[in-house]
Amino acid sequence: MNGRAHFDYLVPELPYSFCPGCSHGQVVDAIGEALAAIAPDPTRAVVVSDIGCVGLVDKHFAVNTFHGLHGRAITYGIGLKLARPELHVIVVVGDGGCGIGGTHLVQAARRDVDMTVVVFNNFNYGMTGGEHSCTTPTNALTSSTPAGNREQPLDLCALTIAAGGGFIARSPAFDGQLGDTLARAMTYRGFAMVDVWEICTAYFMPWNDFKRKSLLALSESSGMEFGVLRERPPREPEELVPGRPMPRVELAPDYQADVWGPLPALIAGSAGQKIKTAATMLGRAAIRAGLHATQKDDYPITVKAGHSISELMIAPAPIRFTGIDAPVLAAVLTSDGLQRSRAKLATMPREAIIYIDQHLEFDDVAATVRRVDFKTVGRRVGRENVALWAVARMLVDHGGIPLAALEDTVARFTPDKYRDKAAMAVREGATIESTAVVPAASG
Amino acid sequence: MREFVDGNSALVRAAMDSGCDFFAGYPITPATSILLEAVREFPQHGGVALQAEDEIASIGMCIAAAMAGRKVLTATSGPGMSLYSESIGLAVMGEVPMVIVDTQRMGPATGGATSTADGDVQFARWGTAGGYPVLVLAPTDVQSTYRITRHAFNLSEQYRAPVLILSSKEIAQTRQTVDLERDSGMPVIDRRLHDGAMPYLPYRVEDPADVPAFSPIGGTHQVRFTTSVHDERGVITGDRSEIDAKLRHLDQKIGAAVDELALVDSDIDEDASDLVIAYGAAAMAATEAVEQLRADGHRVSLFVPYTIWPVPERAIRSAAKGHTRVVVPEHNLGQYAREIERVLPAHDLVRINRIDGDLIRPGKIVEKLAS
Repeated sequence: MNGRAHFDYLVPELPYSFCPGCSHGQVVDAIGEALAAIAPDPTRAVVVSDIGCVGLVDKHFAVNTFHGLHGRAITYGIGLKLARPELHVIVVVGDGGCGIGGTHLVQAARRDVDMTVVVFNNFNYGMTGGEHSCTTPTNALTSSTPAGNREQPLDLCALTIAAGGGFIARSPAFDGQLGDTLARAMTYRGFAMVDVWEICTAYFMPWNDFKRKSLLALSESSGMEFGVLRERPPREPEELVPGRPMPRVELAPDYQADVWGPLPALIAGSAGQKIKTAATMLGRAAIRAGLHATQKDDYPITVKAGHSISELMIAPAPIRFTGIDAPVLAAVLTSDGLQRSRAKLATMPREAIIYIDQHLEFDDVAATVRRVDFKTVGRRVGRENVALWAVARMLVDHGGIPLAALEDTVARFTPDKYRDKAAMAVREGATIESTAVVPAASG
Repeated sequence: MREFVDGNSALVRAAMDSGCDFFAGYPITPATSILLEAVREFPQHGGVALQAEDEIASIGMCIAAAMAGRKVLTATSGPGMSLYSESIGLAVMGEVPMVIVDTQRMGPATGGATSTADGDVQFARWGTAGGYPVLVLAPTDVQSTYRITRHAFNLSEQYRAPVLILSSKEIAQTRQTVDLERDSGMPVIDRRLHDGAMPYLPYRVEDPADVPAFSPIGGTHQVRFTTSVHDERGVITGDRSEIDAKLRHLDQKIGAAVDELALVDSDIDEDASDLVIAYGAAAMAATEAVEQLRADGHRVSLFVPYTIWPVPERAIRSAAKGHTRVVVPEHNLGQYAREIERVLPAHDLVRINRIDGDLIRPGKIVEKLAS
């Protein structure tokens, strides 16, 4: 826009609608002064206002204005700045918004978002009738603390300094230098906040006989000083290197399967045994053999504790319903897994096979049970590959999916440093004469 | 290209293919992998993706970024939807194009973080003060998650409105064999931009059902955005006729477009008297049940609404014509059945409800229809 030096950042001839004597008007004037001094492109400047009497200011600004939910003004400021870094973002919020939105104030300081927060701090909630806020002095009378406020007021500057804020200042609204202070804050590259102390002529002032003198005395007695309390060197912007992209790997049907109906499988064990990973390998191998697969995992909310069950459905045609009731292949590695899947194991048909740890109490099912010394398997291929060993075993015994498809999948999807051991686990599991499979008792 | 991915991955892929380049979210089971994938993927293409301090900050950042011109996404589950509530209202009031994902899990409250449910069907519609319409879509599996997410972005742009995607743990965290490139050629719709005339009136519409033209904050025109009920300038108003106009517009912008918004699959047997209406994860059990029933010689039709809200009433009535019995399987206590009952008062309605975290079986639907 041309003629920016003559641009009126405040809409001319629009009287303030604040209460008589309220200092909000002075603060808006000072913001206007600061904007005139800095003269940003008005289409690239935005005033974000919170709810409250401060929320009445947006119509006075001839720049972009964004008036959102109570306490959330800072979140909008951050969103705007991240979306368009060239925006000059000013957030105006009351002591009310700093209470309900306290976490956002702290996080913005921690993140060092390049924006300016101006707190219209009049020690109470004006708009709703003078209730106490997070900055109301102890013992003060407000409509919600008729017996005197029992809470300690928040030092917004100390809070944001502790959170890492870059330019932090406090000023009375009637300070002639306020415009300058605000200009410095707005020019600062990083998180800047000015805590502007005001007099609420409608409520706080009459109920507490709170005038200029009292405001200055409060600063003294509370230790909340005026001035620029911190101005640390701006942080240099870093070039952030993006993390690795998500892999997109095609599972081309290079192998041939001999599977003509649904093949549901179940792997049950304990968290931390890489059950899910092994199941995904089996699913991928099936897809590589031209089949369809679905995988669903069941585990409690804890990490590395409790059960871990993966259910796979493998079929020659697209799969609709992904639930599994009677697996045809199952591997049960631990008692956690057994307990969680016992009901399903009982429904397995006669021709189904269950590989179960030799030490687990388990009988009285229709399916064929093969006991396995999973402890020894674990010692040979590593505990993290026991589930993979079981998958190879199941695959080979079933015969419908070529082992090569599994070997190929494991090679492609296992990180370098684990690959050799994983490949060995597959080979071992596939060995028909594996001594880990305990001979069945006679009869 | 065949892949083995889950619903959350398909969703992120579809978002990026729609031109979405801003994500803010908070970790919550079972939506977390959307956040984790977005933070890895979005920066690869110049986008922004971050974990915010909570859900309220997440959706707040997204709303603002959308008004600055970005296509935005946020994702959560039931507890996070509860925190999003007020902000969804802000998106409705400010006519903000955005996509919000509710990866439903068992509720209420913290519920069962790792258990599936479809318990937010009504909440999605009535989850913010005022009751103004919200667009809600529900995929049925991983493949449709991609397509529905593409639609969600297009609709959010076309109608300048928040669009909710009702996913679930079942869809989000089940890997399936998919070809995400199959639907990748879908058109990408962008919000209609203001033609440049001065002054820019951000909420001006000729007809209440129209969508106001968009100009980004930081663009060529001054923009006013406010959570308060406002006039066409975006300035708070107390004038009753202006209030009436704005609020009726919020209602009619969506209400008048019910039929265009109806994304449904209709598999109707003209001679059937039974109709199964199923959405979300239950639609897959319904699909299999219908196949089985037909194989057994039973005449039955299937209707799958992907658009949950506004309720595709005309499409439902049309599908139900000639049928006498409607079966509605749901992973909740009959939240959509209430809508079906309202729309089809003359039909015999059979509810199948499951809320224990496991899926309704095709066999259960078959059994109900065989009786």
